[in-house]
Amino acid sequence: MNFDLAPEQQQLADSVSKYLANEYSFEKRKAIVHSDSGVSETVWQTFAEMGLTAMTLSEADDGFGGGAMDLMAVMESMGEALVVEPFLENVALAGRLVSRLGSAAQRAALLPGLIDGSARLAFASLEPGRRYALAPQASLAKAGPGGWVLNGHKCMVTGAASAHKLVVSALTPAGVSLFIVDAHAAGVTLNPSRTVDGFRVAEVTLSDVVLGSDAILGADGAALPFIEEAADFATALLCAEAIGAMKSANDATLEYMKQRKQFGVPIASFQVLQHRMVEMYISTEQARSMAILAASKVDGTSDAKERARAVSAAKIKIADAARQVSQESVQLHGGMGMTEELKVSHTFRRLTMIAQQWGDADHHLERYAALT
Amino acid sequence: MDLNYSSEEQSFRSEVREWIAGNLPDDIREKVQNYRGLSKEDYLRWHKILATKGWSVPHWPQEWGGTGWNITQRYIYDEEFALAGAPGLPPFGPAMCASVLLKFGTPAQKDQFLPRIREGDDFWVQGYSEPGAGSDLAALKMRAERVGDHYVINGQKIWTTLGHYGDWIFCLVRTDSQAEKRQEGISFILMDMTTPGITVRPLILMDGGHEVNEIFFDNVKVPAQNLVFEENKGWTVAKYLLGHERMGSGSVGASRRELAALRALAGRELKNGTPLLEDVRFKDKLSRVEIEIDALEITSMRFLDQMRRTGQPPGADVSMLKIRGTEVQQMITELAMQAAGPNAQPFKAVDNGSIDHFTSRLAPRYFNFRKASIYAGSNEIQRNIIAKMTLGL
Repeated sequence: MNFDLAPEQQQLADSVSKYLANEYSFEKRKAIVHSDSGVSETVWQTFAEMGLTAMTLSEADDGFGGGAMDLMAVMESMGEALVVEPFLENVALAGRLVSRLGSAAQRAALLPGLIDGSARLAFASLEPGRRYALAPQASLAKAGPGGWVLNGHKCMVTGAASAHKLVVSALTPAGVSLFIVDAHAAGVTLNPSRTVDGFRVAEVTLSDVVLGSDAILGADGAALPFIEEAADFATALLCAEAIGAMKSANDATLEYMKQRKQFGVPIASFQVLQHRMVEMYISTEQARSMAILAASKVDGTSDAKERARAVSAAKIKIADAARQVSQESVQLHGGMGMTEELKVSHTFRRLTMIAQQWGDADHHLERYAALT
Repeated sequence: MDLNYSSEEQSFRSEVREWIAGNLPDDIREKVQNYRGLSKEDYLRWHKILATKGWSVPHWPQEWGGTGWNITQRYIYDEEFALAGAPGLPPFGPAMCASVLLKFGTPAQKDQFLPRIREGDDFWVQGYSEPGAGSDLAALKMRAERVGDHYVINGQKIWTTLGHYGDWIFCLVRTDSQAEKRQEGISFILMDMTTPGITVRPLILMDGGHEVNEIFFDNVKVPAQNLVFEENKGWTVAKYLLGHERMGSGSVGASRRELAALRALAGRELKNGTPLLEDVRFKDKLSRVEIEIDALEITSMRFLDQMRRTGQPPGADVSMLKIRGTEVQQMITELAMQAAGPNAQPFKAVDNGSIDHFTSRLAPRYFNFRKASIYAGSNEIQRNIIAKMTLGL
């Protein structure tokens, strides 16, 4: 038993956190969020140079062969800084699926660009009216001349507009499959929007998109277990990101309580507020324990049930804690916590969305109970 | 990072588990699992079995009979006891009084008391709280007046857990009521409970059980050599004890066992012909408790790891284990009572009826466990500690 980060994990975490502290201030983030693309090529390039995009790719693909544990501290820093680059969508979802399912040619075509930061990916999975379901229903791929023809409708595709290629889930007669689709291919229409927490998403409409026979990722009809694995991997890392955001909310609230005076004294002197702050702190530490457990299971177990159960447990805990910490941090800031001006209101929005991303507490309670 | 216990630690766990399985008397195990109180004789009998094995005081220095285990082994040992339904030894003698004597006692005091505590010859209890001194312990008033080679003691203690079993009691008493700061007039003293002038009166709790007491002291003569450390320096001793090992306060092992019992109960109880365990609303509550225990276990392990790395006792934020640990215990007792449905109502087992002893204890147990967030420093006091020491509020 040992909870230390390995020296190289610590080093990476330190350099990411230092970079974000210097180059991803709240003001700089605001500029990125309101820019045309909503993402930053400079930031992305730096992530690539730091090795973040390569961290969890296999060594055969020139990655570092790392796992969730290797990115946990990095994700915490990203959560603290409220980074809006679609990092997990690229690395933990689309990139992971290409790396694990792709042919040699597909991996050679896509992964070098992901690693060096020159090409981005997105994962088109969710469908309207299907909530958090990972298995597609409204996207169908049929055999066509020389390959496949794809029709369907995807929603909440984070980073679609900045992506070169989309990894799209669709049903074939054989079952759930994945396809690599050029984001600008004929028949692909993006309807982009900004999310409440500053990310860029798009609805993706696929009408008679003609794909070659080399567009299918992995075996026809066999993709669902891999999608579930990638979603668990990404969710475990999202939990780590949430810890960083909660830490940021707690730190800001504690600081504010010590400096804000009412009735002639700092509001930190009021016991009713102290105890609420303590509860935020304890819940964050309990959530951190579950995030650690989830990361260790996605890396360490080959049993899909055990992995899914640990990730759901963590997501439930994180969803509950994120709600508590985000709501209390606004409450303890008083009116100021409501304003656009303070970071804490942005952290509130991010934590609120994280609580629901890839399944809210109820969704994961259902899955957890089914696996118990 | 590696969340697994080492293979040495795992084989240590197996060793403890197997030994308990082979040596815990069936009648004691049955009492713990079915929520029957243990008699003084039960406690001392189990203590002596442990002492024979050399396991009654694992955390003591080896020269006094400790096992030399590290902090992780001690945690595993406690956890295995709880998982097995083996009663932990009451902490007052082996954990509390002994820690004080080892740190502050004179050689004569150590020789007089430590071997008997180790062997389970005496049952020790703790006299801290008074009617006017609960969370505000320094407000205590029980007087000890030095008269020749004796102290003469007058006053009252309250909430004395298992005081009716006590052979000996350690008390905080006021030796100087003029001291500038209240904390400076307090002393730590040991008393033989057969001394004339000591009266123990039961306080029956709302579960019908007798576990706490009031104790009255009326001109009780205590030899001066029973004073531990210096006169008026008792607060130093008390603080040392408070800061003592609180690693087990998450009660992870006990809660895991109780949760398993709750699951079994919910599997037996039928709702419209289907086990309650399949009921979505009930299942969600059960899942949330189980996840809190998972988190508590990892958090406890993080504290253990920190102690291993620093060689220091855990900081003030270990109080979070007590807060969340007792909340979990309370949630489980509440869910167990709810699981029993209408059968939770009878106060005692109904002869020849459908209500067995276990079921009849579920509601009283829920009542009883409201104590958990009150005792050993109420959860509000624990929050004060974290607010002050960890968050700097």
